[in-house]
Amino acid sequence: MTKKTGGQIVCEGLLKQGVDTVFGIPGGAILPLYGSLSQFPDLRHILVRHEQGASHAADGYARITGKAGVCFATSGPGATNLITGLATAMMDSSPVVAITGQVARPGIGKDSFQETDITGATLPVTKHSYLVMDPKDLARVIKEAFYIATTGRPGPVLIDIPRDVFAESIDFDDSIWDEPIDLPGYHPPTIADFKDVKSAAKLIDSSKKPVILAGHGVIISHAYRELKDLAEKCQIPVVTTLLGISSFPEDHILSLSFPGMHGVAWASLALHEADLIIAIGSRFDDRITGDTKRFAIRSKKIHIDIDPAEINKNIKIDVPLIGNVKDVLNQLNPIVEQKTHQDWVRTIEQMKADHPSLRIKETDDLLGQHVIKAIFEETEGKAIVVTGVGQHQMWAAQHYHFYTQNSWVTSGGLGTMGFEVPAAMGAQVGKPDHNVWSIAGDGGFQMTMSELATIVENNIPVKFAIMNNNHLGMITQWQELFFDKDYQANSYTANPDFVKLANAYGMKSRRVERQEDLKDAINEAEEHPGPFLIDFIIKKEENVYPMIPSGQSVEELMEEPI
Amino acid sequence: MSISEKLPNIETRTVVALVEDRPGVLARIAGFFRRQGFNIESLAVGKSEKIGLSRMTFVVEGPPDVIGLVAAKLDRLIEIVEVTDITDQNFAYREMALIKINADEKIRGEILQLANVFRVRVVDVGTEEMTIETTGDSKKINSLIELMNQYGILEIMRTGRVAVLRSSLEINKKKES
Repeated sequence: MTKKTGGQIVCEGLLKQGVDTVFGIPGGAILPLYGSLSQFPDLRHILVRHEQGASHAADGYARITGKAGVCFATSGPGATNLITGLATAMMDSSPVVAITGQVARPGIGKDSFQETDITGATLPVTKHSYLVMDPKDLARVIKEAFYIATTGRPGPVLIDIPRDVFAESIDFDDSIWDEPIDLPGYHPPTIADFKDVKSAAKLIDSSKKPVILAGHGVIISHAYRELKDLAEKCQIPVVTTLLGISSFPEDHILSLSFPGMHGVAWASLALHEADLIIAIGSRFDDRITGDTKRFAIRSKKIHIDIDPAEINKNIKIDVPLIGNVKDVLNQLNPIVEQKTHQDWVRTIEQMKADHPSLRIKETDDLLGQHVIKAIFEETEGKAIVVTGVGQHQMWAAQHYHFYTQNSWVTSGGLGTMGFEVPAAMGAQVGKPDHNVWSIAGDGGFQMTMSELATIVENNIPVKFAIMNNNHLGMITQWQELFFDKDYQANSYTANPDFVKLANAYGMKSRRVERQEDLKDAINEAEEHPGPFLIDFIIKKEENVYPMIPSGQSVEELMEEPI
Repeated sequence: MSISEKLPNIETRTVVALVEDRPGVLARIAGFFRRQGFNIESLAVGKSEKIGLSRMTFVVEGPPDVIGLVAAKLDRLIEIVEVTDITDQNFAYREMALIKINADEKIRGEILQLANVFRVRVVDVGTEEMTIETTGDSKKINSLIELMNQYGILEIMRTGRVAVLRSSLEINKKKES
């Protein structure tokens, strides 16, 4: 037995869980934890400028490393500022562990200074949460929190710890770290029912027009090899969801890119024409299905997912395979027949020829598409690309071709503007040797750009590409197409000079206004050892195509009027 | 009358769950129902045969396409150890009610006679009122309440449904098939 404070137990627990970096910002209630930090030099603390930045950074770190990302915030406003980040992580199944300070135990429930019921407030946006009222529970809770966050379908876990629990000193027995985790209500499935696997194999063997719909679950369970094996053995074309991008190499002959609202036409059409869809670790999001009554009605569906509650949630499933994607594919792959689908592949080739979704129109103007294409070419498809939500995100998904596993980080489910700045910071910290490009709109960038200070302070070499059209581009597009061009609150007439802004933070930067300067600027950013910002002035009122309007089907597909 | 009898697009499910007996668990479950837009028709909680675990019976109402997933979604909650939607299985259920009625000495005998038919127990008798206890399915309790209305009901306290799967045959058959 040794005497340890709550704060020391938390730090020790984080190290035992393999944590090397924490993103956070202190405040009164969490100060006793910061008081312990100096005794744990192996825990790197990155001081952010806003708690939302800490939660997105932890999320970006988590997605790119597969380990839990950790953030600290104080009680009250510190904790509530995390909520957007937790909701983002929840929607995209990302393992974030948030540790918040709470007012001291005697002050709870008394409207004390900076008191918020954060476990209550975050109930719908966390996989699980704890309020630790006894320092004796801390070690167990830390172990459980990381286990819950990273296993099964990953998700954020919040641990709320009162100030005096951090400060209290208790007799601590180190053997508690080795005690097994006992969660009687939590047993994530691994392998699927073998009878179901056989039924799935039978469907695959008899299908003539199969398509794989590969989602984030492939990346989470590291099933890249297994996905490729299945696709190649049965010659099945692979469509990835938005979050499934980079689960399957986009230079592979069977790769069909992503479908849905702004996906490429042939991916949506392939799903529409298919006689079998094998959904792997994806959740039939409304951005993919549109009108569920008209989505892929000709096909049978096999759904591989670790979360039983996803089965039949949006789309009726014929054969559910509940289990870990990697394990289930290892059950399935050996028993499916080797096959080819020449007619089907030819049909899809024709779809590609008839619908050249990625053709960029001839113009001297600088378009967002040009910028992405140039970044793709100069980084040879090997960069880690991080985006927020909006037009820049869709152009990046379309025109960057991902050749590297798990190299695409985007806020897909929640669609969080501002995600791109801190999440890129987190991704870069997680993979310091990789090129990380944060693709941002001028709107989203301004939501979290205070983290530029953090990035410069810690010399985190993220490259920023602002797709600057002085507009909320997607808003403008929707107002043009669906609100009779009644443009409201869509234009930013007083944007700062982003080049000067970066310089003010001490970051190198330059502006690009012409297509011919793209290559040089991108290479300058790539070669610069530190962070770099490029302000790309792109054409205004340029729409993202193709587009399937919300709630409709591929039959209403709108294509670029060229 | 439950909502399900009024609206055709609302379905009622009976769900039994074994949950960890800890603070905050009920809030999580209630929060889940609220987010899904389910109405809790009744909820009964009590300690189970296992130490540290409680058993709950919920009767919840919601749109058929969503409410079918109620058990799978509830199972996402870490503190729920087991959860089964028993609606389509063979289960036994009971509800209890305490009913306080106007009952001066003139009509007390008459009430007691009626009460006997329903096999109710008298819990408390005062000079002007009495309280009776009844157990059964909701239909039986509703009929009793209707009957007692003529005397003037002062207060009704109902527990909501508690349910268990009936043992044996049916379940084993289901497992085999």
